[in-house]
Amino acid sequence: MLETKDILETINMIDNENLDVRTITMGISLLDCLDEDIDKACVKVYDKIMRSAKDLVKTGEDIEREYGIPIINKRISVTPIAMVSAPCQSKKVVRFAYTLDKAAKELGVNFIGGYSALVQKGFASGDYALIESIPQALSETDFVCSSVNIGSTKAGINMDAVKMMGKIVKQTAEITADRNCIGAAKLVVFCNAPEDNPFMAGAFHGVGEADTVINVGVSGPGVVRAALAKNGAGKDITEIADMVKKTAFKITRMGQLVAKEASKRLCVPFGIVDLSLAPTPAVGDSVAHILEEMGLEVCGCHGTTAALALLNDAVKKGGVMASSHVGGLSGAFIPVSEDAGMIAAAKSGHLDITKLESMTAVCSVGLDMIVVPGDITAETISAIIADEAAIGMVNTKTTAVRLIPAVGRQAGDMLEFGGLLGSGPVMPVRAGSPAVFINRGGRIPAPLQALKN
Amino acid sequence: MKAIITVIGKDTVGILAKVSGACSSANVNIVEVTQSVLQDMFAMIMLVEIDKASVGFDELRESLNKVGEDTNTKIHIMHEDIFNSMHKI
Repeated sequence: MLETKDILETINMIDNENLDVRTITMGISLLDCLDEDIDKACVKVYDKIMRSAKDLVKTGEDIEREYGIPIINKRISVTPIAMVSAPCQSKKVVRFAYTLDKAAKELGVNFIGGYSALVQKGFASGDYALIESIPQALSETDFVCSSVNIGSTKAGINMDAVKMMGKIVKQTAEITADRNCIGAAKLVVFCNAPEDNPFMAGAFHGVGEADTVINVGVSGPGVVRAALAKNGAGKDITEIADMVKKTAFKITRMGQLVAKEASKRLCVPFGIVDLSLAPTPAVGDSVAHILEEMGLEVCGCHGTTAALALLNDAVKKGGVMASSHVGGLSGAFIPVSEDAGMIAAAKSGHLDITKLESMTAVCSVGLDMIVVPGDITAETISAIIADEAAIGMVNTKTTAVRLIPAVGRQAGDMLEFGGLLGSGPVMPVRAGSPAVFINRGGRIPAPLQALKN
Repeated sequence: MKAIITVIGKDTVGILAKVSGACSSANVNIVEVTQSVLQDMFAMIMLVEIDKASVGFDELRESLNKVGEDTNTKIHIMHEDIFNSMHKI
C-alpha cells in the first residue's frame, strides 16, 4: 500500500499549494480544410474543430473529478490560420477568427490559439493579410489568441515583420482601449516558436504535427515554493536544486498521467507534457516567491538571474524523467501581471524591464504580460521585440514578447485585467529612439549557431 | 478500479463507522485501512474497490462529502493511480 505521508503530501499540494494541471490542449490540424472559397473554408474549419473536440471539455471534467486534480483550462490550438487562409486570397481573413471564436464558445473551451503566421524568413501568401487583420480579430472575438513567429536560430530575424509587429501590438491595444487593452494580452510575438506549445496566447498546431494531438501543460510554483520553505533552511544551492528537481518530478508525473488518460479517452495521440511552472495571481502561486524563498530579499535584486537559471534547469531535469515526451516551452514562466510576487516587485521598483530582459535569457519564454506606457512608439515596441528575438536566436531558445501598451496611462499606474491575467503596473521603458534602426527593414542573418550540419 | 479515500480532521466518535457505512451502502469494498491520530488531528486512509459500486463516482463522492460535513472532517476520494504515479517510479 502507498505510504500515508505520500498520500497526505499529494492532498496537501492540491488543497493548500495550488497544484493543478494548467491546461489540456487539443492540437487540431486544419490542413485538410483548405479551399479557394472562404465561405467553404470557414465551414470546413468549423466542422473539423467541432468534430475533433466535441468531447474535450467533458473528458477534462471527468478526469478532474475522478482523479481529484484540478484541470484549469481546456483549450484548442490549430494550424496557423495564415496557411489555411492563403488559398482564399481574401481580404476578409478575419472571418476565420469569427469561425474559431464561434467553435470555441460552442465547445466551452477557454481559449483557441492559432490565429498565427510564421514569417521568420519572409512573408508567404496569406501572411501579410493575416497579420494586418490581428487587431480587428482580437478586438471582435473573445477567445481567439494570436501569435506571430518573426525569427529563429535557423532563419535569423525578419526585421520587416518586427517593424510591422510594433505597429500591430500598438493598434491592438488601442482598438481594445475601452477593455483595458485586453487585445494585446492575446497576442504573442515569438522567436523560435515551439509547434506543440499548449500554453496561451502562443499555442498553435505546427504543420509537422499529427492530425489531432493532446498536449498537457502542468503548473505548480506554489508546490515548489512550499517544498523550499519546509525543507530549505540552511541548505546549500546543490540541495536546493535537488529539492526543486524532486518536486518537479512529482508534478510532471501527474501531468503525464492526465495526458495519457485524456489521450486514451479521446482516442487522440498523446503529444507532449510541457514542464512549465506557470504562475497565477493567486496568493502562493508565484515564481517570484520561489526565487525569494531561495534567499533573495525581493525578485529583481542582483542574483535573480542566477536563481532563475537554477530553477529553470532543475524543473527540466526533474520533469524530463517523469514524462515520455516533453516539449512546448518547458521551464519557468515570468509573466509579470500573472504573478503576485512579480507584481509586488514591479510596483516597489525592484523589477524593471531591463532586469526582466536579462532574466528571459535563462527562463523558458520572454517578456511576458508587461504593461508599458500608452504613448510608447511602435518603433520602440519593435526594438523590444528585436532585442528579445536576438536573445532567443543566439541562445537557440524560444523567446516571446507580450507587451500591453496601456492607452492613456503612464508609468506607475495600474492596469487591471482580472482572472488569470491579473493586473500589472505600467513599467517605464528606456529613453532614446531606435526608429532609424527599425525602419531599415531587411533580415538579421542567422547566427553561426545555426550552421550545425 | 481502486480509489483512495482520505479523511482528515478533528478526531470525534464514529468517523470510521460513518465512512464505512457510506461505503457499504454503495457496495464499495474496503481493501485496506490505515489511520493515525496526531494530537487530536485524525487522518484515515482507505483503499477501496469501486468496480462493483451501486452508485456512480460522483454520487459516491457526494455521499462522502456529506459524511465529511456531518463529522466536520475533510474527505477526498481520488483514483489510486494519481498517488502511484506521483510517488512510485
